[in-house]
Amino acid sequence: MKIRKNLKLYMKYASVCTKSIMQYKLSFLLMIIGRFIIAFCELIGIRFLFSDLTQIKGYTYGEVLLCFSVIQMSFTFAELFGNGFKVFSGIVRKGEFDRMMLRPCSLILQVMGSRFEVGRTGPLLTAVITLVLGIRHSQITWSAAKVWTMAAMITGGTLLFIGLFILEASMCFFSIEDTSLMNVLTYGAKTHGKYPIDIYGKGILRFCTYIIPYTLIQYYPLQFLLGKKGSIYLAFSPFGIAVFLLICSCLWQYGVKNYKSCGS
Amino acid sequence: MKKYICFFKLRFATGMQYRMATVTALTTQLIWGLMECLAYRAIAEASGGKMPMDYSSIVTYIWLKEGLLVLFNTWAADNDLFAMITDGGIAYELCRPLSIYSMWFSRTVGARIAEAFMRCVPVLFCAFLLMPKAYRMTLPVSGVSFLLFLLTVFLALGITVTFCMIVYMLCFFTISPQGWRMVLTGAVDFLSGNVIPLPFFPKKYLFLLELSPFAYMQNVPFRIYSGDLMGGDVYLCILKQIFWLAVLMLLGIALWKKAEKRVALQGG
Repeated sequence: MKIRKNLKLYMKYASVCTKSIMQYKLSFLLMIIGRFIIAFCELIGIRFLFSDLTQIKGYTYGEVLLCFSVIQMSFTFAELFGNGFKVFSGIVRKGEFDRMMLRPCSLILQVMGSRFEVGRTGPLLTAVITLVLGIRHSQITWSAAKVWTMAAMITGGTLLFIGLFILEASMCFFSIEDTSLMNVLTYGAKTHGKYPIDIYGKGILRFCTYIIPYTLIQYYPLQFLLGKKGSIYLAFSPFGIAVFLLICSCLWQYGVKNYKSCGS
Repeated sequence: MKKYICFFKLRFATGMQYRMATVTALTTQLIWGLMECLAYRAIAEASGGKMPMDYSSIVTYIWLKEGLLVLFNTWAADNDLFAMITDGGIAYELCRPLSIYSMWFSRTVGARIAEAFMRCVPVLFCAFLLMPKAYRMTLPVSGVSFLLFLLTVFLALGITVTFCMIVYMLCFFTISPQGWRMVLTGAVDFLSGNVIPLPFFPKKYLFLLELSPFAYMQNVPFRIYSGDLMGGDVYLCILKQIFWLAVLMLLGIALWKKAEKRVALQGG
């Protein structure tokens, strides 16, 4: 019952936000196109780099495209739903968070709902184009397990990035300092995650497994998807993100408990 | 005396805030650059030495790009100016007995050089000394090429800023500047070689691109520095840079003349 009520409320939030954006239709359209172009240029970049190459560290053009598509899609969905956490420092600064705490309803819901932004969906188009190209250029025999792996990668990726946004937001509770270092983990992962992580070498691969578990949604399931390693267990590695998300939300809860208004 | 100490403490705290911001920005850029170096390393290995640029040139290109980021990026245009156009602050600017174009031009150039200077020193310092050996930036190939590098940096900065000025001017004709800005700057970012260096573009596209001003932004100085661009081509590029600087500036001024007549204050 509660979930249903919350979901209804979230939809309400989303529709209000969308309506307010739609007041400026041209601006909205240009934002979508702009974000689409930025992502699309990256796709062309990969195409150009591959014009003389057949593979990078054993990954073909089509395989890199699949990887790029998964990351783009995950990040876009995460930005769409988790935008509130991303701009959380602004919410705190304006005293909006204080108001949220007064309302008898979940804080996470309010933070996520109040900044729902449809204009963020531009890169989704690029991601879909990339996905189609990737499927055409790579020789994957699609089966139920592989489709599942792909879906799990995207869902897991979305949750991973949302987790990172929550982490970034939680830092606002503990420090007034610039949290832009988190950009490396979010935007950096989006930009550099377009290649399978192992091309960056062992050190980066380790960091992306034990510190921030990017490999759970990218490298490991990708091995199964591309048929490089047969083990079907790898297809379930995105589930590991649940643990990461749990840690992030614990930090968030702890932060909320210790929250002191900045008084504006 | 007490109040002066208070002031000192206040300024110091503010300064520390900014210092922290500088440190985080530096860290971000170093990680970013290193990741790019690693990616190109893999690409270099895959291509078996048949790359359009040699690896050390690419590394130098990447570090110069990171170090001089604020000089050449088009997306970080001056937000105050956009705000002025949308919220009506432009009225105050119009009151000044100065040409808006020259005023905004010098303001943008000044801000960019100041920020770039602060940013590039630590980034380049780390790129020269602290990076693992394979990913270290190299010295310019010769004294002459360094001087040409400096000259072309300024010309490229001029072209970038005149382009930004055109974007500002276009904002007078719309009420949604952020959207236009995103469309224009997203494309230019790619065309000026920020996503991949221009030599990686296929020949036929590169040919077209060299007919546009975008190939004469950061592309020219960075490649002169590493010796990727040499000989007669350099002087040809400098001439084309001067040409585009003049064309974009005239275009911007013409747009301003048009905008000036129809400027509408959106409240404020």
